[in-house]
Amino acid sequence: MDWAQSLRIAAPEELLSVAGIILLVASAWGQTRRDARAVTWLSVLTLAVAAIMTAPALWSGVSGADALAFSGLFSGDAFAAFAKLLIYAAAGASLLVAPAFFEKQNAYRPEYPVLVLFAVLGMSMMVSATNLLTLYVGLELNSLAAYVLAAFHKPDQRSAEAGLKYFVLGALASGILLFGMSLTYGFTGTINFAGIATALAGGAISKGALFGLTFVLAGLAFKISAVPFHMWTPDVYEGAPTPVTTLFASAPKVAALALTMRVTLEAFGPQAAAWQQIVVFAALASIVIGALGAIGQGNIKRLLAYSSINNVGFVLIGLAAGTPQGASAMLFYLTVYVAMTIGGFVAVLMLKDAEGNQIESIADMAGLSRTRPLLAAGLAVIMFSLAGIPPMLGFWGKFMVFQAAVQAGMITLAALGIAASVIGAFYYLKVVKVMYFDEPAGKATGRSDMLHEWLLATCTLFISPLGYLITKCLTALTVVAAGVLFPGA
Amino acid sequence: MITVLSFYLFAVLTILSGAMVIMARNPVHSVLWLIMSFFNAAGLMVLLGAEFIAMLLVIVYVGAVAVLFLFVVMMLNIDFSELRAGFIKNFPLGLLLAAVLLAEVLIGLGAVGQGGIALGTPDGSAAVPADMSNIKAIGHLLYGKYLFLFEAAGILLLVAMVGAIVLTHRKRGGVRGQIVSRQNARRPDEATVNMKPEVGKGVQL
Repeated sequence: MDWAQSLRIAAPEELLSVAGIILLVASAWGQTRRDARAVTWLSVLTLAVAAIMTAPALWSGVSGADALAFSGLFSGDAFAAFAKLLIYAAAGASLLVAPAFFEKQNAYRPEYPVLVLFAVLGMSMMVSATNLLTLYVGLELNSLAAYVLAAFHKPDQRSAEAGLKYFVLGALASGILLFGMSLTYGFTGTINFAGIATALAGGAISKGALFGLTFVLAGLAFKISAVPFHMWTPDVYEGAPTPVTTLFASAPKVAALALTMRVTLEAFGPQAAAWQQIVVFAALASIVIGALGAIGQGNIKRLLAYSSINNVGFVLIGLAAGTPQGASAMLFYLTVYVAMTIGGFVAVLMLKDAEGNQIESIADMAGLSRTRPLLAAGLAVIMFSLAGIPPMLGFWGKFMVFQAAVQAGMITLAALGIAASVIGAFYYLKVVKVMYFDEPAGKATGRSDMLHEWLLATCTLFISPLGYLITKCLTALTVVAAGVLFPGA
Repeated sequence: MITVLSFYLFAVLTILSGAMVIMARNPVHSVLWLIMSFFNAAGLMVLLGAEFIAMLLVIVYVGAVAVLFLFVVMMLNIDFSELRAGFIKNFPLGLLLAAVLLAEVLIGLGAVGQGGIALGTPDGSAAVPADMSNIKAIGHLLYGKYLFLFEAAGILLLVAMVGAIVLTHRKRGGVRGQIVSRQNARRPDEATVNMKPEVGKGVQL
């Protein structure tokens, strides 16, 4: 093992951990509001630098043995780089909106950005994992920081409830995942993804390895909140402070989905038939339950939580295809999903009453188009895109996923998915109807700061028809990144 | 010969002290018997050639867990006679559980007799090198091949600690902290006042 090369490949992770530790020490002395803001800006800067350090790996499309570090524990390949860039962007955006939210309640502390940095470090390790141990350590690093972030707003009882719920259920899921990993290790004799693939290649999968695969997928399904392991999502998303929900719905989803892709396509690739049925079920159930569950919701955060379950279902359709097209469609969908989610939650953060308190009820958003026309327009674009209505980029993401499924011969799956997405369109359009055609409730009148407006504008422009200008470049990148997982093709 | 003798010595003492843990009337004695059984289990591990696990048993179980037990037993003041009161009533349930465990062991043994499970072939990364003790071998893996994960686990523990402090730390009002510099700077003539109160009238401080 060449240490210098290993350290160079893992440079973004080293930067994140060193910066996290330095900022942690700094925050022990600086507890004022100004210090907390400074630590936030420095964390965003760290994420930006880490992104710049990651980008070359994606541009050069590095893969295979060239990207391996630390004797095969870690891979800095183009696929990992693509997921990392998404994660850094999403985490940076959710950090930017945090200070304004917490300062209103006088609850902002510099530990918040530090914990986010460590969570990002965990996610970064997850997407680079080529080994069950790296997978687990990264996942736990991310989860532990996430539990604390969910309960960060101490005066709010809902936040504590969200943190506790997330912790108990997350620990259970980790246990299930570990159990699956130990079975996999026992029946393949290795913890290396490539080694597992070699051990499973040829012949039918053994009963023990099948149990291992099922438990590993169940643990991962919890982390991506796919049905039937989705129950925690609405409660945690509603209870956690909104900036934390913004993070939860974007970056860890990308990390866990990228990890699921790696585990299924790389480690369990030779036994695709064994996991495809599980993924098909999870995909369809997530789409249907995500859509049906959202209909009765009166809280916009709960609605977006069900919407994220629904979207995970669409991403999993790409995985069910199990082809390079499916994988690149998943990455494209994830990019669009991150933009829609960040935009959606930033818009929720901008809904304030005259005293500056947050508004979360959909009924209070009535007639928003007359009180805050630009905010309503932004939110409407996001809702149209989430519903997959053609001129928006969300449509293109769904289209590519379904196209991959059809090309892989899964026409029934694609047809059912399209039918279920119509149910989803109902509640997205209901939000638009409440904002545009109902009598103004006169609640959401408060101003929001410039930063939020800029973020919302950026996300909205990205998913508006203008986004099609970069789809060609983005598709090329997703093809390069997804190609890493299919070395033979 | 000496190995066999010491095996039986450690094994018998482990079982005996294990039995004493549940028989002792005084809970503090129970914990002490537990420590005794941990020590003997460590002895068994040494006989197996697993010095590292033997040391872990002594350091972690005796040093940390058992001492924690002692603290809890002494601080909580649990009434053990009350806990034992339901012993006869719950005896059938205990017997049932024991029977289930026994049946599981027998079924497991039967399954092994049928040929067992086909496990995967190990990839060799966990093989013990012949020329070094297993403590050294574990060290080589931990600080060599798995250094990256070792450091990551360190950060994981750091996050757990920071999280616990973030969630439980709060600023309390009305606490009189010690300010050492002010204490040191204080002189006798500032601290004491000489007064001559009139008879029948108090002092105003």
